Amino acid sequence: MKRRDFLKSSSLLMGAGVLPLLKHVPAHAAGREDTIVVVLANGPNSMDIHRKGTNRPSYAIAVNLYDRLVGYGSKTLANGTTMYDFETIEPELAESWELAPDGMSVTFKLRPDATFHDGSPVTADDVKWSFDRAVSVGGFPTVQMKAGSLLKPEQFTAVDATTFKIDFIEKSKLTIPDLGVPVPIIINAKEANKHATADDPWATEYLHRTPLGGGAFKLERWDPGQQVVYTRFDDWKSGPLPGVKRVIIREVPSASTRRALLEKGDADVSLDLPAKDFRELADAGKVSVQGAPIENSMSALGLNMNFEPFQKKLVRQAVAYAIPYDDIFEVAAFGRGVKMNGGTSFKPTTTDWPQPFPYDTDYDKARELLAEAGYKDGFEVPLSFNLGLADWSEPAALLVQEGLGKVGIKSTLDKIPGANWRTKALVEKSLPLHLKNFGGWLNYADYYFFWVYQYGHLFNSMNYKNDEIEALVNSTLKLEVGDPAYKPNVLRMIEIAFDEVPLIPFYQPFLDVATQKNVSGYEYWFHRQLDARALAKKS
Amino acid sequence: MGGTGKLSLIGRRLLQAVPSLIGIVIVTFVLTRALPGDPAAYFAGPAADEQSIAEIRTALGLDGSLPEQFWAYVTDLAQGDLGVSISTGRPVVEEIFERLPASLELTLTGLLLAIAIALPLGILAATRPNSWVDHLCRVVVTAGVSLPVFFTGLFFVYVFYFVVDVVPSPIGRLDIFSLAPPRVTGFYLIDSLLVGDFQTFGAAAAQLALPAITMAMFVLAPLARMTRGSMLQVLGSEFIRTANANGLERRTILYTYAFRNALLPILTTLGMVFSFMLGANVLVEKVFAWPGIGSFAVNALVVSDFAAVQGFVLSMAILFVMLNLTIDVLYTLIDPRVGIEG
Repeated sequence: MKRRDFLKSSSLLMGAGVLPLLKHVPAHAAGREDTIVVVLANGPNSMDIHRKGTNRPSYAIAVNLYDRLVGYGSKTLANGTTMYDFETIEPELAESWELAPDGMSVTFKLRPDATFHDGSPVTADDVKWSFDRAVSVGGFPTVQMKAGSLLKPEQFTAVDATTFKIDFIEKSKLTIPDLGVPVPIIINAKEANKHATADDPWATEYLHRTPLGGGAFKLERWDPGQQVVYTRFDDWKSGPLPGVKRVIIREVPSASTRRALLEKGDADVSLDLPAKDFRELADAGKVSVQGAPIENSMSALGLNMNFEPFQKKLVRQAVAYAIPYDDIFEVAAFGRGVKMNGGTSFKPTTTDWPQPFPYDTDYDKARELLAEAGYKDGFEVPLSFNLGLADWSEPAALLVQEGLGKVGIKSTLDKIPGANWRTKALVEKSLPLHLKNFGGWLNYADYYFFWVYQYGHLFNSMNYKNDEIEALVNSTLKLEVGDPAYKPNVLRMIEIAFDEVPLIPFYQPFLDVATQKNVSGYEYWFHRQLDARALAKKS
Repeated sequence: MGGTGKLSLIGRRLLQAVPSLIGIVIVTFVLTRALPGDPAAYFAGPAADEQSIAEIRTALGLDGSLPEQFWAYVTDLAQGDLGVSISTGRPVVEEIFERLPASLELTLTGLLLAIAIALPLGILAATRPNSWVDHLCRVVVTAGVSLPVFFTGLFFVYVFYFVVDVVPSPIGRLDIFSLAPPRVTGFYLIDSLLVGDFQTFGAAAAQLALPAITMAMFVLAPLARMTRGSMLQVLGSEFIRTANANGLERRTILYTYAFRNALLPILTTLGMVFSFMLGANVLVEKVFAWPGIGSFAVNALVVSDFAAVQGFVLSMAILFVMLNLTIDVLYTLIDPRVGIEG
């Protein structure tokens, strides 16, 4: 019996009203047409983005089941993919906001008719409680709030039921955009407080399993490690009503199985496939593949300053000339990205980030530079990569090894599994030569430099230290983009990064997603999770 | 040998298991701590600073000294609390309670299937050496040994799901539109029958078919080989010749005398094969999105999720103690020579 016949016959049986089968009706009721089936590698491990240990896929819960005060607009890329627009902040739960004349506070007007999923109205007290929680629970949410200069509960005031005010500690261009990231979600404080205890004033245990939001979708069920099911919240006021009634998100660990499910039509959306599969799917044309370059992100080679040869700039430049960029782009990225080699000048002209570095494969030049630096006969160095990212980093590492071999640098491959990677690469910063792909949420070059090029910061796995970069980043990070000092500062940062190359970028990777052709409304987001609110499906 | 003899055997075996379990508790604790990874840094998230990593470390109870952590672990364990898995965000006990039946249902179905094919095949091959059955047996054994499970799994998915379309989509224990039956045993096949819900039974069986066959393929080889070899040996022994000489019926000779004597090594192989299967489970579970204990454990290991790894090893250890005990008891049933003293 074919599967579809099987389904058909089972629904016929149900029509006949056989009693024991009634328990299936709710599942079938919404029907396949109003339902989007998503398959991905890993599902959420919490319903609460503020919880310690919450994984990336859980950010999708914050996006779809909760509202924030503001959201972002969207724009269409040249290749037809829609992506969020960092430059337009749009109302979400707040219908309007106003900056104080002195620029030191902002006041939000909430939608008066907005309610939580339980039907109770959203008030400024809920917003205040939620923001207090985000800056107080510690860990990731608190760090993310700090990026927008949101540090302590005293900054937040509920003026009246629908008016909420934030006082600034300092002026920063990151404050308002930071309110649109997944972290500052608005939680139903009245309900949450019923589950708060003296030991757990922020109801983390309860919210971990039960979302109390007012977002576009409600949680229908969550079977950890297996699936999450959203149903549409029909009274949602903070945006246009979602195009589908249900979203079923299933965890399917094997990428081959995910691809088979999609090609077979049993899944509508497949995330997390290797670049190779996305390319093949795109070429075959049966399903639609949409990709956008991941903002503020590069797949790159980090050179650790603790490793003696890499302390010399000439050696770092030599390495940059000994990378087979084009092969890496083909074999590791399968063309799903933007090349970061072959820039024309060591003097940058735009503040775009990332942008191609002025290096290309040139083994003779690399040998010359090595000889000049006193390493005519090369040296030996271990080349490390994260086993969790092996689908691109393993082929890239092999090619790097080959390229370096041509100029006399012998490297041995060192594969490091997930949890150890963070410790070794980011905390101990002990890997001489390593592949990495940091991506910053907030799309500014100076934000990237803050995390990756400033000394001591987590993602500066290269132990790179440059006094000029330190000063430039510190003075630029909070400047408005329109500030006259902003552009020259960022250009200078990029110029130093070009010249000093502690980090050698290969390409800016795509975030790809494959959908059935009748599914529309996919949008790329910096948080890289699926925003189901705009999805729609034609039958 | 009476009932009390068997009971005391069981009791003694259980007592003997206690030191090994204590050893396992200590060893898993030390081993997980010896892993080079730092779970606090991993779970602190993408943009963590020193302070937030330290906060996570405290929240995970990893800030104390090793003896302190061990004491905390043991006291929790004594109350049946295996801790919370940070990677899935749920108590480890809950995870095991939910996932172990899934793995066992798959493993046992696979094992039964394998037995149902391997034993007759092995016996037939042994009674007709060098006939076509024997050659078939040889081919199956060679194929089963040389094909890795993830390959057979993916191959089956490709052929039976993707090309021929006779099985439902490989997305776990039930298709997207079915709901799990009310839990009694955690085995969907049994639970759905208990409430008389044949539709769910059918859906669960359809989902189970392919992964179970994959598993069966994997263990068919050692079982069939062992059955064949063991039967050949017994059939060549003197008491069979005597039985033949006495003109006993072939059936009686084959099943009552030969097979029963050949069963002991088969049973030993079965025990070993079962443990192989729990290992092979991991790969099959990944391919078929089966929410079992194997994929849970591997994920936990990769991210240094201490509580989950410890809980997994401990529950597996208990499972093996039970398995060995069952096999020992079965020995005494099959072979009177395996005394209660033995």
